[in-house]
Formats: sequence, C-alpha cells, structure tokens
Amino acid sequence: MADRRLFGLGLGAFAVAAAFLAIGLKGNIAFVLELRLLKLAALVQVGVAIAVSTVIFQTVTGNRILTPSIMGLDALYLFGQMLLVFLLGGVGYVALDPQLKFGLEVLFLMGLACALLLPMLRSRLDMGLMLLAGVVFGVLFRSLQSLLARLIDPNEFSVVQSASFANFNAVRTDLLVFAAIVTVLAIIIAWRSRHVLDVISLGPDAATGLGVNWAGTVAGLLLLVSALVAVSTALVGPVAFFGLLVAALAERIVDSRRHAVLLPAAALTGIVVLVGGQTLFQHALGSATALGVVIEFVGGLIFLLLLVLGSRK
Amino acid sequence: MIRINNVSFKHRATPILHDVSLDIAKGGVVALIGPNGAGKSTLLSLVARLQALQTGTISVDGLPVDTTPGRDLAKVLAILRQDTTVASRLRVRELVGFGRFPHGRDRLTDEDHAIVDAAMAQFDLTDLSDRFIETLSGGQRQRALVAMAFAQGTDYLLLDEPLNNLDMYYSRALMRSLRSVADAGGKTVVIVLHDINQASAHADRIVAMKDGRIVADGTPADILTPDRLEAVFGFRMRVETIAGKPFALHQL
Repeated sequence: MADRRLFGLGLGAFAVAAAFLAIGLKGNIAFVLELRLLKLAALVQVGVAIAVSTVIFQTVTGNRILTPSIMGLDALYLFGQMLLVFLLGGVGYVALDPQLKFGLEVLFLMGLACALLLPMLRSRLDMGLMLLAGVVFGVLFRSLQSLLARLIDPNEFSVVQSASFANFNAVRTDLLVFAAIVTVLAIIIAWRSRHVLDVISLGPDAATGLGVNWAGTVAGLLLLVSALVAVSTALVGPVAFFGLLVAALAERIVDSRRHAVLLPAAALTGIVVLVGGQTLFQHALGSATALGVVIEFVGGLIFLLLLVLGSRK
Repeated sequence: MIRINNVSFKHRATPILHDVSLDIAKGGVVALIGPNGAGKSTLLSLVARLQALQTGTISVDGLPVDTTPGRDLAKVLAILRQDTTVASRLRVRELVGFGRFPHGRDRLTDEDHAIVDAAMAQFDLTDLSDRFIETLSGGQRQRALVAMAFAQGTDYLLLDEPLNNLDMYYSRALMRSLRSVADAGGKTVVIVLHDINQASAHADRIVAMKDGRIVADGTPADILTPDRLEAVFGFRMRVETIAGKPFALHQL
C-alpha cells in the first residue's frame, strides 16, 4: 500500500520535473534547457532539504507542528548574512567568493546550532523547554537582524534584502554544486539513520532502553537539520511553512510514520509541490514570483488546521 | 547480577536517594514496594541508565551502566517506564518489533519475527497485532509495551508499575507471565508494585523503600508482617495467611 503510493509520488515528481523542463520550450533549446536544468536541480534540492530536515526535526522533538525555522535556525542564518554585510560593507559582501562564503555559513550555522543546543541536551532539559528557548533565540536573532538593518546604509540593506525573502524564481545557481554535495551527504546520513529515527520517535526513555545513545544521536540529527536548513535558506531564502506543508501531506499520503517510507515520501512531495508549483505559476498563471507567497499561505492554513485538529500530538 | 553500591541521587536540590546499596541475584522476581515518593522509580531508571548516576556505582552482569555502550546494555537489560506514551502512529506488531532493535538494526530476521510472535502470544496480543496503538485501551497499550520489553530478549527485565491500567484478569495474567519467564526462562524481573498482595503472591523477594532508603528486604513472609508494613507505609493493617501466603488487608 505505502509502496504503491510512494511509487505514485515518484511518478508525480518525475512528471512535474519533465513538465518544468519541457513546457514552452522554444528559441535556443540547448541554452534554455541548461538554464532550466540548473534551476530544476536547485528546486529539487530545496524541496528535498526542507522536507527531510522537517521530518527529522519533527521526529526528534516528537511534535508534528514544528519546523526547524521555529527553532530560529533560518533566523540565525539570516542574522549571519546581515552581520557579514555590516562588517564588510555591501561591496565587500558581494565581492566574497560565493562558495567560500556559503561553506563558511554552513559551518557557522552548524557550529552555532551546536553551541546553543548541546548544553541544553547535555543537562537533559526537556524538549518543551528547549523549543521555548529556540523560539526566544529566533526572536532574538530576528530582532538583532533588524537592528543591524537599521544601522547600515540603505544601499547595503538592499543587498541583504534580496536574501531575506523566499524567492523560488531567483535561485542561487552559483552555489548549486557546493550545496548539492552538502545535501547529498546529509540525505545519505538521514537514510542510513531511518531505523534509528523510528526508535527515536518512541521518545527518550524508550529509545535509551533500546540502546540508542539519545543525547549523541539527537545532537547529530540536529546538526544534520541545521546543514539542510543552511542549504535551502542559502538557495532560496527562508520559508516558514513549506516544511510543515510537505511533512503533513506526505504523512497523510503514505499513512505511516516509518522513516523508510516517510523520508522518501516527504522528499518526493517536496519536489512535486515546489517544482509543480513553479511550473504552474510560471506557465499557467504567469507570475512566478508569487509561488513563495502561496506556499506560505497554504502552509500557514495547514498549520492552523493541525492546531485546531489537535494534531494527535 | 545487579549490583547497586552507595547510590545517592538528587533532583536539583531535593535528595531522592540516600546511599542505597542492593544486590539482586540472577533469576527470580523481585518486587520493589514503598509509598509514593520513596525513590523506587528513580532507582529503577538509574539502573536502566535513563538518568545519569551522580554518586555510587551500578553494574549489571559486571557491566557498569554509566560507561557501557547503550546498545550492549540493551541486550542485557530492558526497561519499561511508568506512563510511557507512544506518540508515533504504529501497529502493535511494529511496536513489539522495536524490542528487536538492539539485536539487528535493520530488517527483522525470521528468528526476530518468531520472537515477536511469541511475545505477543505471551501477553495475549495476537488478536490485536494489526491494531494501531492509539486505538487501544490503556490496559492493552500497557500489555503491548510489556511485550516490547519482553521481545528485547534480555536476562533482566525492569518494569515500573506495569499493573497500572490493568484489570484484575490482566494483572494476574501479567504477574503469572512474569513468574513463568523467571522460572522457565531463568530471567530476572525487577518490578515496582503498589499492590503488596500481588508482590506476596508472585515475588520471591520484596524490597521495601521509604524516603530514599531501603527499609526492609526479604521474602514475602518476612516483609508482610503488621510491624514491618507499618514501618513502611505508616499505618497498621491486618495480615492474614491464606493458602500459605501472607496477605495484607490494607483496605480495612
């Protein structure tokens, strides 16, 4: 049952990818195809990265309505960007080698996530307290970011501004190769951890009883999540509800919380929604920039719906 | 053998356990009894390394619980905590199957499936094997969790108030199952009980705790005397011997 639905999702993902490449193909076909392939690769990466990071994050926290952005991870990333502009100036920021910058940002985000989360994990704070701390950190970094935004030159602000909103139309194809390496590595680790993730979803006591080193494993998984969030935020900007939308959809489509099914289902759903949505908006509705808004809108509605329905914890 | 040496434990500033030492030999059913807040659950969770040791040492079959890799310990010792909630959407068979996780991380082998089936049969879950956990009653869920701990196939089984939510029929059935895995399987069952009569009827040894200390330790006949019980629970109750076993009439 779940396998057939997974197969269906795979077909769907393949179909939207083909549609994205093929619809309205004219002019210099080789040139257009190359451009579209690059963009497709970026969108697939973003969809997969957000979907997988959200599923892992929800499993670790044992909560179905949370996303990594609630822990303030993307706020942290954007704060890092703003800090760089503040310190180096707009020109210096633009002059930085994008891949080097991205690599440093990923490490910075993972390091900071580690520095914030590990002490909390080590003292065995309960998850509720940790999430509260995450929400507070998120607000802190957003506020710091807007404080810096007020301090810098308006011209330099415009440099950062383009990075602060989700834009699926202007993906950063220059970061693609580097981001792909990070994503693929993270996906391989996530896939190999699928059985451990199943056990983690039983909660800390049961998982420890079954021989999982809870603190170490969870710390590793949160590092994985922060790497994936860094990838997607770097490529398209922060998206709050997309992960929630995809994880909730995937769980309902395959009707399972087993990660051997759920992880690929979420990744494929991410591709279908993102690439399919982009195709639809680009060709049928003619306003490709609106996709981010619509995804956040629908995701927000689902968030409310899950809250109202009690979300079965 | 479980060896607990000079274990003290504080939760923040509140002392929970005071210098507890206890040896539990291999084989048999050992009941931990005592009033609420005596430290029974804390002691059990320290043995099962669910909480970090502060002072003292605990070893299970010579393996120190604080330094042995979790996976090695999970093959020796299984724990069921009080009020375990399963948030995940799982069928009974899948939940019990998790008990095999320490042995082979990936797919269940035929042998694993046989052990899972045996565990479900032992705790009367075969008819429920395809039901989702969240559709079960509290007692059925409790039995599924006990079956999961049992499927882990360990020599030591630690159960924290497993009779919670169970009716008379299943309380008795569970205690008899535990008795038979101890007798036939040579396993060691350490169980926190509130019903001292269940302890008297089914346990080989009763350890009574109060205020973070062990205050009495012996066979049911040693422990179930009006004086001992008054010292532990703080009120006097009649003790009658029926069918050769002492029973406390604490309801009177």
